[in-house]
Amino acid sequence: MATVGRALLILAFALTLYGIAASLYGARTGARQWVDSGRRAMYAIAGVLTIAFAILEVAFLRSDFSYALVASHSSTTTPTFYKATAVWSSQEGSLLLWVWLLSLWSSLVLYLTRRSLREIAPIAQAVLLAFCTFFLTLVVFFESPFTALASVPSEGTGLNPLLRHPAMMFHPPALYSGYTLFTVPFAFAVGALVANRVNSEWIQGTRRFALAAWLFLGIGIVLGARWSYTELGWGGYWAWDPVENASLMPWLTGTAFIHSIMIQEKRGMLKVWNASLILATGTLAIMGTFLVRSGILDSIHAFGASTLGGPFLALIVVMIGGSVALVLWRRESLKSEHSIDSLLSREAAFIVQNIVLVGLCFVIFWGTFFPLISEAVTGTKASVGPPWFDRYVTPLAFVLVALIGIGPLISWRRATAANLRRNFTFPLAAAVVCLVALLFVSGTTEQPKALFFIPLVAFVLAGVAQELWRGTSARRAMSKEPPPIAFVSLIRRNRRRYGGYIVHAGFAILLFGVAVSSSFEHNKDVTMKPGDSARINGFDVRYARAWSEPLPEKIVFGSTLDISKEGRHVATLRTSRGFYPSQDPSLGILGRFFMGEAESEVGLRAGFGRDIWAVVNPDLLPLQRIIDEGNRTFRAAMQEALADGRADQRAIDQLFLLRDQAIAGLSNQWVRRPWESDFRLIVSPMATWIWVGAIIVFLGGAIALWPAPATARSRVTATYAAKLARDLARS
Amino acid sequence: MDHSRKRRIRLVVAATAAMLLASALIWTSFSAGSDEKTAGQLLETARPGETYTLAGTVAPNSIVRERGVVWFRILDPHRRVSARVRYTGLVPDPFREGRGVMVKVQVGPGGLRGSVDTVFIAEKDSMITKCPSKFQVAPEELPRGAPEDLLRAAPST
Repeated sequence: MATVGRALLILAFALTLYGIAASLYGARTGARQWVDSGRRAMYAIAGVLTIAFAILEVAFLRSDFSYALVASHSSTTTPTFYKATAVWSSQEGSLLLWVWLLSLWSSLVLYLTRRSLREIAPIAQAVLLAFCTFFLTLVVFFESPFTALASVPSEGTGLNPLLRHPAMMFHPPALYSGYTLFTVPFAFAVGALVANRVNSEWIQGTRRFALAAWLFLGIGIVLGARWSYTELGWGGYWAWDPVENASLMPWLTGTAFIHSIMIQEKRGMLKVWNASLILATGTLAIMGTFLVRSGILDSIHAFGASTLGGPFLALIVVMIGGSVALVLWRRESLKSEHSIDSLLSREAAFIVQNIVLVGLCFVIFWGTFFPLISEAVTGTKASVGPPWFDRYVTPLAFVLVALIGIGPLISWRRATAANLRRNFTFPLAAAVVCLVALLFVSGTTEQPKALFFIPLVAFVLAGVAQELWRGTSARRAMSKEPPPIAFVSLIRRNRRRYGGYIVHAGFAILLFGVAVSSSFEHNKDVTMKPGDSARINGFDVRYARAWSEPLPEKIVFGSTLDISKEGRHVATLRTSRGFYPSQDPSLGILGRFFMGEAESEVGLRAGFGRDIWAVVNPDLLPLQRIIDEGNRTFRAAMQEALADGRADQRAIDQLFLLRDQAIAGLSNQWVRRPWESDFRLIVSPMATWIWVGAIIVFLGGAIALWPAPATARSRVTATYAAKLARDLARS
Repeated sequence: MDHSRKRRIRLVVAATAAMLLASALIWTSFSAGSDEKTAGQLLETARPGETYTLAGTVAPNSIVRERGVVWFRILDPHRRVSARVRYTGLVPDPFREGRGVMVKVQVGPGGLRGSVDTVFIAEKDSMITKCPSKFQVAPEELPRGAPEDLLRAAPST
């Protein structure tokens, strides 16, 4: 089947070349049948890649080690859930996932726009097919996921222990969906510029895809943060790692784009800005993929040095050069139809918000690429750490949250004093009350970041609540519906607006969680053995007992901690470290079960008030002497069993049994004669609100993304028909 | 004031503000950045009080743990020298001998330039360990199912 898989990739590659040629020929000659044929080529590519992906997925599920990829990323003992996700744990598999998702999203957008955007869609189609060609080139000529092994091993290496987390099922597909979806508005922006149709038509056609890209990328980022918090064993959710930053940058510019297109739709302004913004976002999405795969920057996530840096760099250069050339070429057509009326207007707030978001992106870009910049300038590679990022990001985040609150409250075009008074009194009062209340809470005055941030969050939440209240009241007055029905109808009938407001509220809550948990976190490293206690932030932590579990895929050394406060039991936490068997024979027959890759399991008691977090880091050095002795004994016994060049199967089976008993005995040492271990303990207030806020953001995003109800749509269509009729009558 | 003049003033103010901010950003990144050095470079050039990013691989048989402190040596990728590191804080899961790491360090008390016994004190929690996805066993090195390798996947206990 590996041959079939390879053949399918070559077929898809050939189809992309045909599709590009057909689309460009159709666009140039105006022959619709060629454009349609190019579009159908994209559908065919999606179908072919679906089959190719399914073949690889089945190979992983069946542990078919004749595939090099399966042998090096899975094993018979890998749980089925992780076998399914192991497909995208490798460079080759993740590239296939990328191009497969790209083909699916591209097919969807081309299907939805098949009867509209007649001049733009053929060019956009060619651009999307060109992206598919690029990624198919990588999986056909550079990193094939279907490489077969001449000699089939009996067992595979297994999935990297750090990737064994439920988020592995959703985090990479969500991120890749975000990246690939951002290529859709990118392609249509290129189409609009080439066809010189730079009004808001292309924006309306692809707005929903930009929103979906923003939503998926956001979900991917948050899932990654959650994964980091519960799996990596360092107690944080964001480390300013280059790969994390790479996903945040397009999300920030994408957020700016989603807001600024409203100004183009309403006022015909910011055309250059919008085109540039989405072209930059598309390029940043590819740059994120480049960062993970090129190995140019040191990151805990990167796939490491590979041969793919060159092709990606070439693509990025083409994207940047092409984007700049297109915007310069169409600069006359991109002139604004209106100018800003007042600095006290929603347009001005959106523009400032856009500048802040792009500024944030620039700061992150500079800090991420600083090792390369410094090497180019000074000849020495230097890097900046989290404090440098925090220095710039924190004040910009303050401004951003303030603008999140101001945006929905201020009027379009020009805000009057009456408008400001009417809309801002309640939210400002809420912020002031919150600030005064905080001054009375002990400890807050020493944390200025939290002291100013929390009232800003109150301002945003009060503003959103006020808007929802007023909207619901107006709806009730009109329809006489009961309050809950009126509230739901209000959101249902204006999903984009109220979905956006819910996103604002969720984002403010998320940042509240970040501000409070980072300002008031307590962490402590302690060394304990069973029976010992430690104290952190008023909590007593007692090491209750040690336990071990020799499981088929790993050997687990765990600790149970009892948490209490003022004598009252609060929680029992179980934290552990699992050791996965290594395939390195030099570690010895027993040693390879204890010296392989390790993975921490965090003990976590999450709550709306605070999270209590613990991780154990057991040192296996006390077992080393017994392991070394075991290695020598088993080696000698094995040599005896294989004496005279023929294997004594009974003796070998007996040795396997003894080896398993030795492993169980060794792991039991941790329970019977436990030794001291290092622990990290963290008490993190309000951390749960980060995840609650994120869920609210995604709920709001989904509401904004969901198509308008049929009645509203038909009303829009009727309005448009009436306008068209009036225009026709005039002409 | 006419509209175009007003626009020009706004543009100049915004551009000046952006330039000032960008200059601050560039200045602080160069002053706050810590130089990335190999063990050999660090042993020859490190100055007390300065922070460096030491990059390399963890030397075999060099890891020693004692009550919350981890001692290890980092090998220079180009030369046969290594630097001794005293690390406190959380050790990332992938940390082990032979693994690529980066850690922020300062010269420890009594450290002598050029001496391989110089101890470098690592900043707490500053260690980054390279992703294990790039140390997979190459397929040709995988076990072939011969009985003598005793690589049956896991204990049956």
